[in-house]
Amino acid sequence: MVKQALIFGWLLCGAAAFGGSQNFDFKDPKGVNNVVFKTDAPLESINGTATEVSGAVQFDPADPGAVKGKLMVAAASLHVPNPLMKEHLQGPMWLDVAKYPSITFEVVSAAKVVTKENSTTAEVTGNLTIKEVTKKVTVPVKFTYLEGKLKDRVPSLKGDLLVLRGKFAVKRSDFGINAGKGEDKVADEIELTLSLAGQSPR
Amino acid sequence: MRRRLRIAALLGVVAAFVGWGLLGANRGWTKTSVARTVHDSVTELDGVVYDSRFVPGVDLLAGAMLLCAGVWGVSGRLGKR
Repeated sequence: MVKQALIFGWLLCGAAAFGGSQNFDFKDPKGVNNVVFKTDAPLESINGTATEVSGAVQFDPADPGAVKGKLMVAAASLHVPNPLMKEHLQGPMWLDVAKYPSITFEVVSAAKVVTKENSTTAEVTGNLTIKEVTKKVTVPVKFTYLEGKLKDRVPSLKGDLLVLRGKFAVKRSDFGINAGKGEDKVADEIELTLSLAGQSPR
Repeated sequence: MRRRLRIAALLGVVAAFVGWGLLGANRGWTKTSVARTVHDSVTELDGVVYDSRFVPGVDLLAGAMLLCAGVWGVSGRLGKR
């Protein structure tokens, strides 16, 4: 029994060392991870950034199409440079960050997966949840697997990095964000750009 | 009094335009922070950090113009002295 457990443990270690899915933590110690949002408005487009990203992605460089994971953005970290606009954005009419503190995206599947060297492009379909409204969205994503590069970013750690870039659009009306109101002032469509890096220490 | 108010209104218009121009001539809304890009050479990602800085927009400029117009308007109701 002990021998079987040892063999099983050795096999698990072997799988982790020589392949298989790796868990990448997207809580960025460098604070670079960000989600930029942009929407049209009469005087100027509204540009803002959310920086508090967390969650994990399971990615296998040998089988990128099997990617899974869940990413969260702290809604209160959404920032726009105009203070009144920020107050409205985070207030009850718009995102109501006090009641709905998190925006989540959970990966369901990946399609049209193309890998070239350490980069993979794919159409990732997942469940996007904003204000407790969940919609299935498909996001064109580029993964870049940086093997052994974690130490270049965090010298005290050895491991790999996974960079994730994506751009897609959602309609705020789909998620009950001040739905059907003020579209003459703020467009219904919101463009989101993801620039994220996750780390997998060994 | 009327003359002084009109001079004050005109100076207000000039000061508002000069201040607005010197602080960036921002043709958008007033901002209290400005985005700055930081590059991560390992991941090649660009992050965004916000620096606290006051940048008056056309809303503030328009407010200053209205205020000066108001002062000019009040001056018209006063006697010549």
